[in-house]
Formats: sequence, structure tokens, C-alpha cells
Amino acid sequence: MATGINTAVRNPASFGPRAGRLLSQTGLYVLLSLGAFLFLVPFAWMVSTALKEAGDVMKFPPEWIPQPVLWGNFVEAFTQDYAPFGIFFKNTIVITGTAVIGQLLSASLVGFSFARLRWWGRDYLFLIVLATMMLPYQVTLVPVFVLMKVLGWIDSLLPLIVPFYLGGGAFYIFLFRQFMMTIPLELDDAARIDGCGTLWLYARIILPLSGPALATAAIFSFLAHWNDFIGPLIYLNSVSNYTLSLGLRILQGYGGYGIQRWNLLMAASLFVMMPVLLLFFFSQKYFIQGIVTYGVKG
Amino acid sequence: MHRSKLWRQIRPHAAGWLCASPWILGFLIFTLGPMLWSIYYSLTEYPLIRPPVWVGLDNFRVMFQEDKFFYNSLRVTTLYAIVAVPLHLVTGFLMAVMLNQKIRYIALWRTIYFLPSVVSGVAVALLWQWIFNSDFGLANWLLGLVGIDGPSWLLSPTWALPALIIMSLWSVGGSMVIFIAGLQGVPQALYEAAEMDGSNAVRRFWHVTVPMISPVILFNLIIGLIAALQTFTQAFIMTAGGPKQSTHFFMLHLYNNAFQWLKMGYASALAWILFAYILVATLFVIRSSSVWVFYEGEIKGR
Repeated sequence: MATGINTAVRNPASFGPRAGRLLSQTGLYVLLSLGAFLFLVPFAWMVSTALKEAGDVMKFPPEWIPQPVLWGNFVEAFTQDYAPFGIFFKNTIVITGTAVIGQLLSASLVGFSFARLRWWGRDYLFLIVLATMMLPYQVTLVPVFVLMKVLGWIDSLLPLIVPFYLGGGAFYIFLFRQFMMTIPLELDDAARIDGCGTLWLYARIILPLSGPALATAAIFSFLAHWNDFIGPLIYLNSVSNYTLSLGLRILQGYGGYGIQRWNLLMAASLFVMMPVLLLFFFSQKYFIQGIVTYGVKG
Repeated sequence: MHRSKLWRQIRPHAAGWLCASPWILGFLIFTLGPMLWSIYYSLTEYPLIRPPVWVGLDNFRVMFQEDKFFYNSLRVTTLYAIVAVPLHLVTGFLMAVMLNQKIRYIALWRTIYFLPSVVSGVAVALLWQWIFNSDFGLANWLLGLVGIDGPSWLLSPTWALPALIIMSLWSVGGSMVIFIAGLQGVPQALYEAAEMDGSNAVRRFWHVTVPMISPVILFNLIIGLIAALQTFTQAFIMTAGGPKQSTHFFMLHLYNNAFQWLKMGYASALAWILFAYILVATLFVIRSSSVWVFYEGEIKGR
């Protein structure tokens, strides 16, 4: 399978050239535009709601251009004392930042070991790495929770960070291993002759050459931790430890009597999505490469 | 001297094990150990505040004979997977075929269709909960434009699950991108040869494109199936399993047992059933694939 998607089209019309005439160009553009409208309108809807007054949200048919435009909703979503989003933001950054670093460091080191070093048992252990990919997380959910409880780590950020320093997960190891296999082996020999130790080889030669793999892994690791819901839901109890995902959930109850403040909820949701969208626009290439090569979904 | 010679032989192996040791540790502590414990827990009653009590296979008996939510959660999860996954494949494939034509601003079109699959989690669930609001939501406004009086979606036992399926289609861009990559790998010569043999566009689609792309279909099918069977966040946030258990997914049932009712033993038993279900479904798909997946360079027996 190709590792990337060329913008240049190699197969113009997989139906073949004559189909191009059959399915007239205009028809294609109409269909594409309709689809694009359906895919984008939820975003527009979110932005429009986020900028409305509470009363205007409950109007039907909806007014798409908010009058007045309430930028203050973002401030209120952030500063209302019902769900302290400043703290959630900080916690999410701490968890995501440290977990991503741990995942990249340990997965790249383990991937390096599988790709560049020759040792007894390596191929058997790599089979086990692949096998663990098949294991759904639910099977280990309860015992790991009990383990964290025994360690006294419940209601701390540790269960959401520490495990990622131990191997970083089969998918990331696989990703690094596959990439590092493509780096010429002569480099290792040359470094060895120069008296390089194994760790030096990893840190100074292989890792710096693994930029694309690091970028892909960093993006998907960031997405996974930033959006994680079940982990924080299980491990965090006090509001002061909550992440943005949990914060959005308690904001659902803001307003009382089951009345949801949709303008604030949309403002907060937009805020949570924003870093992901920005990341996407600046590194689209790696997103697509990651998905196409390894079949991950954000 | 002899020692150092031995060391020189062992050293590269020690270095390999050392570099892999974070994973080995993690595997023992967070995967293999918990797996064994999970087997043990599944055979016990374990309310977390008291130590586990051995009950043998009783958890599984309760599951199949007494738990009135169990079959329903299996049914909901299966129904969702059976409808949503093929729908994803067809939509993703058609979109990929469209976006593999000669069109203007192709990169822009692809970005638009791919964009929603980038976002996920609670924020997306909240957005769609608002979209499916029966009185003021976007969904019913759009339906109103074409003269349809929309249902009450998440409040209706009939429409809540379809609503979650529609929502899942928003992130079809991921499969689309994989299909586009697959389409670009189909050799142009095959189309030319088929055309020279006088086959029309529809025939070329069914006899060249589809067989050549079938390994990609299999790949997307397996990934989509595994993800669908583990659905949790949307249902937890948007419907909490309701109305009338119509979106009570298997994972929701597992979560409730483990972390609402602290039935750790029973939840572990449920987890193994889910694992078995995923495994059987995946193996079934892979087995069936020998009939419908075409691998280049493969020579069929007989």
C-alpha cells in the first residue's frame, strides 16, 4: 500500500475515461458540494451556537448569524465556577504532555531494539507485541484499576501517565520498528567502528533520523490522550483533578433542572477541539500518512 | 579472561533486552499479569471493598440466564456494528472513488471530507447531542428544509440508535483516505486492458476496481468492526444507554457493572465475553475473506 496520498491523481476516474462523460462533470461537483455542505455544517452550527445569547439558542428555525455576537460565551465557559475549566485545561496539558513524551521515548527505544539490535528471543517477543494489539483494553481494565488502587494512585494523574513510560503500547512500538527498519544498517556498523555504544547509537543516530515516525506517533499519541475519556472517568474523582473531557461532562449539568446551556457547551466543546484542529491544519501530511500506513483512526 | 570473552558474547543480547525492557516490564505489569488476574476475577464475586470470593462459573451462568440487560446489550452492539460498519465501507468507498477523479481543488475537497474524522471524544458527542435536539436541533431543521417532520431522535427508542449511526458517518473520512491510497495503487494498465477488451465503465468498476481494492475493504472492515463493538463514549454522554435501553451498548453494561455497582468479578467475566465476541467476529470476517478478497499474485488452489 502506498505510504502517502499524492495530490496528483494517478488513475483519473477509476470508472475509466468514458464514465467521466457519463457522470457529467457538473453532476460530480453538485454531489461533492452537497456532501461537503453536510460534512461542514455541524462545525458551522457549533460556532453559531457558541456565539449566541442563551435565549436565541432556543429559536426555531435557527438564526445562523448570532445577534449580538457574544464572544463573552467563551469567557463565561472558561470562568463560571460550576466547572473550573482553567484547572481542567492545566490537568489535560500535564497529562497529555508527560504521557506523549513517555510514549515517544519508550516506544522508540523498544522499537529501536526490535529493529536494529540482534538478540536472543527478539522475534518471539515481537510476535507477542503484535499479539497484544489484538487484545481489547477491556480485558485488563478491572485488574489494572485494582492495581492502581493498591498502589494508592486512584484520584491522581499517575495512572494516566506512568503506564505509557513502559513500552508505550504495541501500536507505537510497531510504528517505530517499521520506520527504523528502513534506515540503512551501514550506519550502525560505521557508528560501532567509531566506538559508539548502543544507547548512543539510539540517541544520536537512529532517533534523529526517525523524524517522520516521531511526528506521526506524536500526533496520534496527542489525540489519544487529549480526547481520552474512559481513563479519566475511571481514575479521577475530585473535580480539581478533572480533565477537559470530564469537565465538558459536568458542564452538561450547568444550569440545573436538566436545562442545558447549549451556547456555553458549544463554546467549551469548540475550545477543546481547537488544539486538535490546529494540529491537523499544520501537519495534515502526517495525519494522513499515519492513517494510511498503520490504519489508526483519531 | 574467559569471563570477558563470555561477556563479549552476551553483551549485544543484554543490550537488546535492556532496550526492550520498558516494554517487557509494561507487558508483565499491565498486560500479562492483569490478563491472568482478570481470568481469576471472572470466576469470583469481587465487590472491591471485600476480597474476591470464588464462585466458579457462576458469573457466566448469571450472565446467560439472569442478567436481563446482557442480551439486550449484545443485541444493541451487534445491530450497531452490522449497520454502521457496512455503511461506512460503502460511503467511504464511494467518496474515495469520487475524490480520485480529475477534479479541481482536489486537496481542498479531500481536506473537507477528512476534517470531521480528526475530532473525537466528548466534545463531538456533545455537538451531536445538540444537533439531534428534537426541538431546536440542526438535524430536524435540515429535514424540515426538505419537508420532513423529523423524529425526536435521542429521546425516541426507535431513533436513538440510528442517530448514533448517522453521527458515526461524520467520521468516515478515515476509511475514505485509506481507500484513496488503495485506489492509487491499482495499475492503470488494468483499466486500459479492460477497455480494450470492450468492457464498459460499470464492468470495469466491478471487475477491476472492486477486486483490486478488496484487501483494503477487508482492512477497513476489520478495523471498523473492532471499533464498533467497543463503542462507549457517544452512548455514555448522549443517551446514557436510554431511552428504554435502546442504546445500552455492551461497553456501557461493562462499565456500569465495574464502576457503578463495583461488581469487579462480573465485569471481568463480561470483558472476556467481549473479547471472545471480537475474536470470533474478526476470525469469521478473515475466514470469509478467502471467498471475496483478491490478492494479486495469489494462485487459487484447484
